[in-house]
Amino acid sequence: MIYIFALFLLTLLVITAIAIVRAEDLFVSVILTTIFSLLMAINFFILDAADVALTEAAVGAGVTTVIFLCALALTGDQEKPQKQGQKVALVIVSILALVIIYSTFDNPQLGDPDAPVHQHVAPWYLEKTPEYMDFPNVVTAILSSFRGYDTLGEVFVVFAACIGVLFILGVSPPRKAMQVSVKKSGLRHHLIPQVVGRLLIPFIVLFGLYTQFHGEYGPGGGFQAGALIATGVILFALLEGEAEALRAVPRRVLLGMVVGGALLYGSVGVVCMLMGGAFLDYSVLAADPVWGQQLGILIIEAGVGMAVCGALLSIFHAFAARERVS
Amino acid sequence: MTFLELLGYFNYWVFAILLAVGLYAVISKTNLIKKLIGLSIFQSAVFLMYITMDKVEGGTAPIIQAGVENPVFSNPLPQVLILTAIVVGVSTLSLGLAMVVRIKECYGTIEENEILDAD
Amino acid sequence: MIDLALDILSWILLTIGGVCVLIGGIGGLRLPNFYTRIHAASLTDTMATLLIFIGIILQAGFTLASLKLFAIMLFLLLTGPTATYALANAALLSGLKPDTGTAKDKTKENAPE
Repeated sequence: MIYIFALFLLTLLVITAIAIVRAEDLFVSVILTTIFSLLMAINFFILDAADVALTEAAVGAGVTTVIFLCALALTGDQEKPQKQGQKVALVIVSILALVIIYSTFDNPQLGDPDAPVHQHVAPWYLEKTPEYMDFPNVVTAILSSFRGYDTLGEVFVVFAACIGVLFILGVSPPRKAMQVSVKKSGLRHHLIPQVVGRLLIPFIVLFGLYTQFHGEYGPGGGFQAGALIATGVILFALLEGEAEALRAVPRRVLLGMVVGGALLYGSVGVVCMLMGGAFLDYSVLAADPVWGQQLGILIIEAGVGMAVCGALLSIFHAFAARERVS
Repeated sequence: MTFLELLGYFNYWVFAILLAVGLYAVISKTNLIKKLIGLSIFQSAVFLMYITMDKVEGGTAPIIQAGVENPVFSNPLPQVLILTAIVVGVSTLSLGLAMVVRIKECYGTIEENEILDAD
Repeated sequence: MIDLALDILSWILLTIGGVCVLIGGIGGLRLPNFYTRIHAASLTDTMATLLIFIGIILQAGFTLASLKLFAIMLFLLLTGPTATYALANAALLSGLKPDTGTAKDKTKENAPE
């Protein structure tokens, strides 16, 4: 029964994607991308991926839309109609789609428990998590401990993207001097969103903290929490003005969070090496290896959350502070 | 092929169609922001395929609950990979958008053919 | 017995909520201009939120899950109308004037002379 609903959702996904590509007004495309991300998140939830659904909803439907809209405000938002090259591209892309559809007939059926992907490593992870780590969420266990190197690389990628955006957008355009926007640029005529926003922002940040520390017992973890807290502060910046938001959480603090998060993760690994184990082997952090694993995972999830939150907020402020050059 | 088998392959076909739509936006549109939007559709299609592979018939989300005998879990490994990929995707998207903003300031336009003409 | 009554009640509430969303969707497509469309979207949205969430809470019984559902329902009831207000305000401030004629007057005006 739920598969019929999933079928309906997937058809909606295809229709939304075609509408995104065909819309000439870029603003419409960006809003449709938000709807696309939300539909994708619901689909992930139907396919039993609760953590991924939470991340896609928070990051894809929340932060991506804000960054796109910031970029659209700085460039134009109409697309010029194109003149040539469409038919060739259509033909190439349809041939690609047909070839991939032909090749998917060899794939295992959806939900087949004997598929090769369920055979080798995954049952081992599912078995060993209660033994090594003794907490319920297997996805967090794999993400932070069994595959900790990948997550370390990802924190460094987020860090590098933040530094890259700050380099590119921190350079002022040659014609105008870099002036600090002192005028209040928030929605100051709009009392109702301000009141409701002030009511809700503490709860959003609280929920972000809950997701951060509850990542071991249910869907949650560092990435989702960082995105949620960043969304709360972005809401504050939209309602009260960017200057107020920079007074509340200044740029030094954001940079400190990004650098501190990445350093925290790396230094936990080095401390593990200094205490006699391998890099990122948390069992040596405490006397009891299970408690050592849990301690290590708690610290690195905090590092990941700090890094993601600081990076997303720095990127938002870098876009928002840029004066539009016509 | 029975209806149930057709249902079983539908996810993969949607993946192929979304891949094609995203790729069409990347290669044939001239507006740079449209290209980036097409790239994000392309990425989402790949995520869909990975998460489709991890579902097990009658399984639940891979969270071990106390007191349930012989549970059937969906595969947690593709979920971990896609979690990483989503955040990396948004990072590269923001970097791409920063570059588009700078291109607009230097060239005055974000249509690809006009930029190539101006060079 | 009381279980069956609760079940039927929750089914009725969920169906009416779904019908509300459907009516909102049809209204969003068929109504003539912007301000009437956000009327359709926001009114039916809020009603459907109330009905669907109460239906699900009846199904969940008196557990922690229904408390969380109640909190989500409060959140949606607060932010839905606020978002509509922000939308209408932004449209008004950017110059879109509310149309004061009916749909028939408008088609007569725009008919080709």
